[in-house]
Amino acid sequence: MNTIVRQLLPAGALPFYRLRLADVLPWVVAIAAFFLFDTYMSIGAQILIMVIFGISLDLALGFAGINTLGHAAFFGVGAYAAGYFSLHVSPEPLSGLLVAGGLAALIGLLSGWLLLRTSGLALLMLTMVTTVVLHEFANSWRSVTGGADGLSGMETAPLLGLFSFDLYGKTAYLYALGVLFVVFFAVRIIANSPFGLSIRGIRENAKRMLLVGTPVHAKLILAYTLSAAIAGVAGGLSAQITRTVSLDLLSFQLSGNILIMLIVGGVGRLYGAFIGIPLYMLLLDRAAAIDPFHWMFFVGIALILLVRFAPGGLLALTAQLYARVRGRLAVNFAKEPQ
Amino acid sequence: MFSRFAISLVSLLFDGLAFGMILFLISIGMSITMGVMRVVNLAHCGFAMAGGYLTFMLVTQAQLPFAVAVPLAVVGTMLLGALLERTVYSWIYVQSELGQVLMTIGLTFVMIATANALFGSTIQDIPVPGALRGTFHLGAVGLPVYRLFLIAVSCACAVAIWYVLDRTQVGAKLRAAVDNARMAGCIGMNVKAFFAVTFAIGCGFAGLGGALGADMFPLEPFYALNYLVLVLIVVSVGGLGSIKGTLIAALVLGMIDTLGRYFLPEAGGLVIYLATLVMLLVRPQGLFGRQTT
Repeated sequence: MNTIVRQLLPAGALPFYRLRLADVLPWVVAIAAFFLFDTYMSIGAQILIMVIFGISLDLALGFAGINTLGHAAFFGVGAYAAGYFSLHVSPEPLSGLLVAGGLAALIGLLSGWLLLRTSGLALLMLTMVTTVVLHEFANSWRSVTGGADGLSGMETAPLLGLFSFDLYGKTAYLYALGVLFVVFFAVRIIANSPFGLSIRGIRENAKRMLLVGTPVHAKLILAYTLSAAIAGVAGGLSAQITRTVSLDLLSFQLSGNILIMLIVGGVGRLYGAFIGIPLYMLLLDRAAAIDPFHWMFFVGIALILLVRFAPGGLLALTAQLYARVRGRLAVNFAKEPQ
Repeated sequence: MFSRFAISLVSLLFDGLAFGMILFLISIGMSITMGVMRVVNLAHCGFAMAGGYLTFMLVTQAQLPFAVAVPLAVVGTMLLGALLERTVYSWIYVQSELGQVLMTIGLTFVMIATANALFGSTIQDIPVPGALRGTFHLGAVGLPVYRLFLIAVSCACAVAIWYVLDRTQVGAKLRAAVDNARMAGCIGMNVKAFFAVTFAIGCGFAGLGGALGADMFPLEPFYALNYLVLVLIVVSVGGLGSIKGTLIAALVLGMIDTLGRYFLPEAGGLVIYLATLVMLLVRPQGLFGRQTT
């Protein structure tokens, strides 16, 4: 029984799955990067922020199966909320993050309640149009959002009143890493909870879940709201660390990019964001310096091939290869004694 | 005062009409492929771009007259569409909706990079022949001849599509294949070939839209992404697979967009997108789309 459950569910699916050595690896890498590449802290912090954003998308798309082309909406709302809060209320970063997450959650709750009655193509279109509406809204509500100029010039007060944000972005990097740590374990707990299992059931077969008495609509809204809140926190972090908020954060392109980065890593596995996003952003950083159009060509080809041959992303691909190699070895070992 | 307002209103409505008709030409192929083959084809605007660039190449490099270059470009786009339909799209068809979205976004990226490699990243103008330049005066209102020509061509296309689909046997077969592909196959229709031809024709219309509409939709590598949102809105508001819906949605969108830019430059876009949002919430299947489950 136990082995069957283990095979059916991806790693970390149930509470009795212990943390293994591999679970420590991303954090070791992140901390090692802090000491080894201390001149790349600003892109490091960007990557960590996008990983948080990716995890939030993974919760909605990978676990609840909500197809969305508009996740940038929540990132952007969070960024604007944190930016506005720091400009007009208080430069304290943690309360700013709470405000960012809270407002994004509110938008997620409202839009989820409205949009999640549809599915498939209509949902893809509606989430996309919602982002476009918010983009236009931010563009025209100049007194609050700064219109096309965005928000800038905000200060971020020292973290906990102790650690001020330095020029090299060291505090920013550790701040983002800390938030990522909290967010990751929160999502891990959510994904392993009974609620997490029920949204996975909805992803697999919504009709059947309805028949066994699951309040499908309500659970989807809750998952969407949680995901929106986390995306809002990521957006808030971005606003506090870069100290600017621009209209790009609400764009269709950002929604598409985060989706691509997550798909590259693997959807519905929690760790997909840890693989796909650093890989994509580091390669982009190098390639865009040479020629952005070459980059698009290779991303395009890679995307087509990945979806065709490895729909689970790089994580699933390596897991398959690993299983195949192990299977072959096991067979060889079994034969040897004879 | 009033007459001046009326004149500017008429010319704005005329521009909106031209804009809407081009939008219709580009969108109709996508609406049909999405309605017929259930493929979310985000690369569709890339075919419009291909038509535009082919015309540009034929007119400026091969020195062909405009009247020859445009039909050749349309045929070229159809061939490109047919080629891709037989190759990459056979992978795309079997994917889930999200997989289709990602694969066609990937294809769009490849198209953008290719267009940049071949034609550079600047905006390219397609020179228009002398006979189509100038303005046509109707009373006090001056209408650009080229836009009149655009509207005439697009109307002819709309009528032709409607006639073929609604009044001929080929159209009846296609509609049968849409309603029930398996049943249509059972009575001896080659559904796959039908769909491939339909796909190619849809690409051809997009190519025509791209070639003729280059003055309103400037031709540059990001063409394939820039107008995607607009085209997707037209297609989903009109209802997948509905010609009438696509036409009405394209015209209304073109009008509102043009008038909005003039009268409400601050909130013009917001009106369209909010209206779209509400519309799609009330009728997720679009204005004239059929309810699918």
